Amino acid sequence: MDHLDQLEAQSVFILREAYRKLKPLAMLWSLGKDSNVMLWLARKAFLGRVPFPVMHVDTEKKFPEMYKFRDEYTEKWNLDLLLGYCPPVEKMDPTLPPAARSAARKTAGLAAMIEKHKLQGVIAGIRRDEQGTRAKERVFSPRGASHKWDIRNQPPEFWDQYATPHEDGVHIRVHPLLAWREIDIWRYIEREGIPIVDLYFSKNGKRYRSLGDKDITSPIDSEASTLAEIITELETTRTSERAGRAMDHESEDAFERLRVAGYL
Amino acid sequence: MSETLTATTVIDPIDRDVALESATPIVIVGHVDHGKSTLIGRLLYDTDNLEEGKVAQIIESSKKRGLTIEWSFLLDSLQIERDQGVTVDSTRIPFRLGNRQFVIVDAPGHRQFLRNMITGAADADAAVLVVDANEGAQEQTRRHAMLLRLIGIRHIIVLLNKVDLLNFDEQKVRAVEQSVTDLLAQLDLTPSLFIPASARDGDNIASRSERSPWYKGPILTEALAEVPDGNIRATLPFRLPVQDVYRFDDKRYVVGRIERGVVRVGDELSIGSQNGTARVASIERWSAPVRDEAAAGESVALVLEPDVIPARGDFLYSPHQAPEKSARIRANLFWLRQEPLRAGETFRLRLATAEHQVTVASIDSVLRLDDLTEQQADEVGPEGFAEITLVAGEAIQFDPFSPGTSDGRGVLVDRNQRIVGGAPLLGPATVAAGSHAIHPSGGEVSTSERARGKGHKARVIWLTGLSGAGKSTIARLAERKLYSDGIDAYVLDGDTLRMGLCSDLGFTEADRHENVRRAAEVAKILAQAGQVVLVALISPLRADRALARKIIGEEFEEVFIDTSLATCEERDSKGLYRAAREGKIENFTGISAPYEAPEKPDLHIAADKGDAGQNAIKLTDYILSKVR
Repeated sequence: MDHLDQLEAQSVFILREAYRKLKPLAMLWSLGKDSNVMLWLARKAFLGRVPFPVMHVDTEKKFPEMYKFRDEYTEKWNLDLLLGYCPPVEKMDPTLPPAARSAARKTAGLAAMIEKHKLQGVIAGIRRDEQGTRAKERVFSPRGASHKWDIRNQPPEFWDQYATPHEDGVHIRVHPLLAWREIDIWRYIEREGIPIVDLYFSKNGKRYRSLGDKDITSPIDSEASTLAEIITELETTRTSERAGRAMDHESEDAFERLRVAGYL
Repeated sequence: MSETLTATTVIDPIDRDVALESATPIVIVGHVDHGKSTLIGRLLYDTDNLEEGKVAQIIESSKKRGLTIEWSFLLDSLQIERDQGVTVDSTRIPFRLGNRQFVIVDAPGHRQFLRNMITGAADADAAVLVVDANEGAQEQTRRHAMLLRLIGIRHIIVLLNKVDLLNFDEQKVRAVEQSVTDLLAQLDLTPSLFIPASARDGDNIASRSERSPWYKGPILTEALAEVPDGNIRATLPFRLPVQDVYRFDDKRYVVGRIERGVVRVGDELSIGSQNGTARVASIERWSAPVRDEAAAGESVALVLEPDVIPARGDFLYSPHQAPEKSARIRANLFWLRQEPLRAGETFRLRLATAEHQVTVASIDSVLRLDDLTEQQADEVGPEGFAEITLVAGEAIQFDPFSPGTSDGRGVLVDRNQRIVGGAPLLGPATVAAGSHAIHPSGGEVSTSERARGKGHKARVIWLTGLSGAGKSTIARLAERKLYSDGIDAYVLDGDTLRMGLCSDLGFTEADRHENVRRAAEVAKILAQAGQVVLVALISPLRADRALARKIIGEEFEEVFIDTSLATCEERDSKGLYRAAREGKIENFTGISAPYEAPEKPDLHIAADKGDAGQNAIKLTDYILSKVR
């Protein structure tokens, strides 16, 4: 088994645990590269099916290419798509910096969906290498009634034995991609032929490395217009992936505050 | 710093293939302030493994706090960690050295965070144990070394840090080396290597130090590159713990991850809980090349012929290479709960995908961290290490844990689904001569068979109430009536127990607790034999009755014989209240010791009213409704 085989086997194991233990269960689909890989892994785990709903928490500020992609693959992959919308930015915590406030809308939209569908498990495509606070996450991360992430009081997690909900109002965030790195994602997309939004590929010297809302995501300078070129580019770059995501950089703890409050 | 990236650099094709190899997890442990985080920051920097953004962040953060450059900030990227100056949780950092991939696991040294440490370190192949050469091994050095042993990490590099404080004096360094060697030897651990280093200054980390010319061994990066990649799992006999069984489009798939060995289409496999075998008809994959075999580490979907339905937790294995099978298992233990563990407690043992109810039959020894000796003890304290014996109601299939494998490691889970301990299994336990082991019940005759034979179910009816409340009287009357109705009922009376089984016990809180425990254990055995047991015992404390409920399990019914203190004292059939009031009896319930009434008894009999006969009928009716 090579590195990608190992990551795949572990993610499949995690998805099967989630499917067995958490009901009702849903997977978040942000339409980005990571969540497409996650969907693909679900189909690996369940022999071509995605046996639970897929949720898109829509900020209504995504790129048109992303909406087009969503509609196309919902049909192609026979997905049970749940749509949720986010409250207006004026309702968010005014002490957060502007971009983080904008990102917080997604947290509120997600919370509403979890509530509405009484979800016990939410599968999300975060990775440890994206950001320092995400590096601290568990594969099965319990969230209390307020959806808050209690960093100081995380359950032990070892030997592939994961936390299970033990009381009402607790749901579990499941993170099957936690151990993947950005480059693994790209190599896997290349190996498996996983479709992605073409905003990731260079046009006129610019491409997106990470996709979020239109107004708080910026492209990087890049000539990489194929998967092979993106992979080569990543092998030679040392700039962090989320450099183009405004909310991470406004203040030292902005992203941590978002996460503690339930952001992905 | 520019964000411009160019795709023109050509990566050496050989290099790229190697980069696809799996990463070796390396855990870095050591006593707080011995320099782990500094070491990691330094290592990443010196080996060019830092993202540009990160270096800038560290410099920025260090500046804000008036420091020049603080390597440990790299890992402590959480605000709260920086403010407290300790690493709260474990972090995993991908790291590349030449052609090899690693994942560095940073485990915190702070004492109460053992559970985070085990979370980080549990799947590591090798460890770097950082020891401050000036201070030598400390409490957490011993604790972490013990944990390395329990999780089976045998490749240990000891980094003697801060040797600059010893002026790189060879003799002094060798002396520290010897003391650490002796310490690890007590735990059957042999370090692969000692490296004298200064993480802060970078000596012998990624470049050879000129300050320690006497040291000829490998520096840290060289040592890491030599860590054996010991995947032996595929060469062992086949084991697949069943994770789930799916039925899609009229086809049944048995899914799970292969823990050991290799499986091929056509193989004959035994199925843990079932007699007989099944053949592997196909190995199913989606969007992947067809292969008719799969090996350890792979998550597979098998189609079996005939179409048997295993349960989650069943082992699939080669018929002639069966795992161990025993209802009594010896295990190592690291204990994560804040309250100590005592023998007699019941948990769920999660073992790969299986889950079994187990009772801690005995605590065989507890490790004393001060001198690393094994001691006899009645309990395992928080964050303690011990050897214990677990018993289950049924035989459990398992492979004893050995380093380099990923199974044979159980976790103990409490009633609230919390993981409270890790238990690498050692092997089947034999009952030594003269041991006090309790044998597991549930032999060849099942509970339902016994119930059918007797014509009723078993129950333990636990009557609690003040002395003189009428517990024994009501119980005896009910016993008579039940027996006449064909119910095999029997009374365990508190006074009778104290005459014999519990004659060594007094009335202190500890003795009362033990009295309750023994009564519960006896009642449990009688119930397992199919009887309806009426326990008449004051059992004044809620905690004690909770213990009885825990020991007995589902069959436990709590009945409150509620007679007021005034009535009991007025009756005083045994003259005890008077003696207690006169101070002749100490610790008398209701007078000089507390009685905690049940909050929600299964049956409440207000025994101030009605005579004993009427109350006995009430009790009898209740019992009949439960056992028939």
